[in-house]
Amino acid sequence: MIGARILLESLKKEGVKIIFGYPGGQVLPIFDQLYDFDIKFILTRHEQGAAHAADGYARSTGKVGVCLATSGPGATNLVTGIATAYMDSIPMVAITGQVGTHLIGNDAFQEADVTGITRPITKHNFLVKDVKDLARIIAEAFYIASSGRPGPVLIDIPVDVQRADTEFIWPENVNIRSYQPTYSGHPGQIKKAAKLISQAKKPIIYAGGGVITSGADLELKALAEKIQVPVTTTFMGLGGFCGTHKLFLGMLGMHGTAYANHAVMESDLIIAVGARFDDRVTGRLDDFAPGAKVIHIDIDPSSISKNIRVDVPIVGDAKNILKQLITEIKKLPDTGEWLKTVEGWKNKYPLTYKDDSAMLKPQYILQQLWDLTKGDAIICTEVGQSQMWACQWYQYLTPRTFISSGGLGTMGFGFPAAMGAKLAFPEKEVFNIAGDGSIQMNIQELGTCVANKINVKVLIFNNGFLGMVRQWQELFYKKRYSFTPITSPDYVMLAQSYGAVGIRVTEKTQVRAALQKAIQTDNTVFIDFRIEPEENVYPMVPAGKAINEMIEGLA
Amino acid sequence: MRHTISVLVENKFGVLARVAGLFSARGYNIASLAVSETLDPQISYMTIVVEAKDAKVLEQINKQLNKLIDVITVTDFTKKEHLDRELVLVKINYAPKDKPKLAAIFEKFVGKIVQHKADMATVEAVGDERQIKALLEELNKFGIKELVRTGKLAIE
Ligand SMILES: Cc1cc2nc3c(=O)[nH]c(=O)nc-3n(C[C@H](O)[C@H](O)[C@H](O)COP(=O)(O)OP(=O)(O)OC[C@H]3O[C@@H](n4cnc5c(N)ncnc54)[C@H](O)[C@@H]3O)c2cc1C
Ligand SMILES: Cc1ncc(C[n+]2csc(CCOP(=O)(O)OP(=O)(O)O)c2C)c(N)n1
Ligand SMILES: [Mg+2]
Repeated sequence: MIGARILLESLKKEGVKIIFGYPGGQVLPIFDQLYDFDIKFILTRHEQGAAHAADGYARSTGKVGVCLATSGPGATNLVTGIATAYMDSIPMVAITGQVGTHLIGNDAFQEADVTGITRPITKHNFLVKDVKDLARIIAEAFYIASSGRPGPVLIDIPVDVQRADTEFIWPENVNIRSYQPTYSGHPGQIKKAAKLISQAKKPIIYAGGGVITSGADLELKALAEKIQVPVTTTFMGLGGFCGTHKLFLGMLGMHGTAYANHAVMESDLIIAVGARFDDRVTGRLDDFAPGAKVIHIDIDPSSISKNIRVDVPIVGDAKNILKQLITEIKKLPDTGEWLKTVEGWKNKYPLTYKDDSAMLKPQYILQQLWDLTKGDAIICTEVGQSQMWACQWYQYLTPRTFISSGGLGTMGFGFPAAMGAKLAFPEKEVFNIAGDGSIQMNIQELGTCVANKINVKVLIFNNGFLGMVRQWQELFYKKRYSFTPITSPDYVMLAQSYGAVGIRVTEKTQVRAALQKAIQTDNTVFIDFRIEPEENVYPMVPAGKAINEMIEGLA
Repeated sequence: MRHTISVLVENKFGVLARVAGLFSARGYNIASLAVSETLDPQISYMTIVVEAKDAKVLEQINKQLNKLIDVITVTDFTKKEHLDRELVLVKINYAPKDKPKLAAIFEKFVGKIVQHKADMATVEAVGDERQIKALLEELNKFGIKELVRTGKLAIE
């Protein structure tokens, strides 16, 4: 069997249902095999789109997303997508063609050192030099991508290896002696954690993306309810705890709720579950939660004590550890007073916005979207103000319903990611909350959507600005709006020219009907919402401030 | 402060670049790095001397190295009994009359002249960090023309 065929047979063994990609000279043997192979292939309009689509597929399903590109420019076009997946620990396998082995290192046509380029943005990568290694490498790549702390893995396959013939032997087991992730938590540490929890007066759970990766949402809920502790999640953790639960405080951090930030700062115990104390969350580190002891549950030892000092580290899988922790806690902490205090903050500092202007407010659109869907949808986002509003003004009830680039903050991510999610869940409504700047970064994927009938609903929050940057210029650079005003095409006509549906909304009264129409339309829909151009995201923690030093926006 | 760590790695394509890349990407400083095959040709042994400003940085270096898929084990020698050695080749100014002076030095240190040309000699010496430092101070009195060193090797 030739290498190209071995690749596809191996992907099938791994349960791959769909590949996103783009052809080229150095992947011709693979595409020839794909022609009549029973794995679905989606031809995107840009390799970046393929990488983000594979990522969106992975985020929405928890399975490994797969993308495929040719050597040189095809591979370098994947780079932003790979880095995006890497920063958010998303399981992905990227396959690239490479020039023939005898040409490697010769500056051959369309040669790029792709394993070199992607080394710092992959969990691991491989250059396949011998077709006999191919099946094993694919098995290892999927294992590495999906186990422990997940991440993208790249496999670079020279074109002669794709053509070379060998026997196909699928390794049923993968064993990598130098890679043995830890799944079960140390019982002694779990005991210590249980003891700290029993003694706490003002505990809080701070949950992150690891809860979603681990599938630990039910255990998290059980723990919170058992010990009656308020829960805040990171951006990546949204959906890991039910957004309408009475113990939920919303997201914390730079654009988190004021009450979540106050609660963390005043707490005496932080129970961190699968979260990495990112600087968007902690604000100025020296002032972060000064009175709190910290229990940190994380599968990656390098996440622990990286940014803040931890009292009880527990390395392992969140689901396993939470289960054990719940049974280990014998004496419940007395949190009655604390919950009242937190409730006080909730009432005193609710999320709000001024809705008196004649202009259309982005928060209002999201409220309407919530009202129409009640959480039964997948919400993808681009990056910027619109993304932050989507964190604040929509409630995520279950894991994998909020899909957004957190660590890298990649504009242009949301639209192709929404395609990936929609292909994974054709029966679900999939929305992309997009800024007018971001949507223009991968707008070519409209072609992919229409050609493949991937009906995603793109809600463009058109403020005429690179709004998030403009907000910083307004607040910290004397309103010098240097290159942040941005023009847009006529999105209605643009959508139509691709064969999709375009709707323009300029007034509040049109919002609900437009959203309803989008939901009912059996096609890709772009809604061009002309929103208040200079609306800001509040609350906001300015850079270098403690997270309780928020700018509220409203008097 | 300088710390010596050893890293056992799979002897695979690109593994040195992975380790070196990790240090540069995360802003850690390598003072020296020595790599070679072990008895098992599939495994390489690296001795790395790193500059770490505090225990937290050193801990992260250890953890990040362990995270590399091709890294089998990492040993931090900071608080471990270990042996370390370095080999240096030193070109010094040398005239035959200097012979007794140099002989006296070699009574204290493990070293010898390995090459002698006109007014120059090449000295080879082996020792731990302290010994090499002391030796170089002695040799400096002759005038050092050139110096190359292997970097430290360490073993438990
Ligand atoms: C414009 C913008 C503004 C932002 N503002 C905010 C903000 O206000 N607040 C905010 O929170 N974020 C914000 N972010 C996102 C932020 O940059 C980070 O992406 C996010 O805070 C990281 O979330 P996390 O800590 O949950 O980590 P993740 O990146 O989700 O990491 C997950 C952690 O869980 C661990 N893990 C993985 N699997 C398991 C398992 N099975 N068991 C246990 N542990 C596991 C991993 O090792 C890792 O440490 C913003 C991003 C952008 C682009
Ligand atoms: C690829 C990329 N380039 C630049 C940035 C920096 N950036 C962050 S938010 C933002 C503005 C986004 O504008 P828009 O998509 O219109 O969203 P808005 O903030 O207006 O809602 C920019 C330029 C980025 N995150 N990603
Ligand atoms: Mg905008």
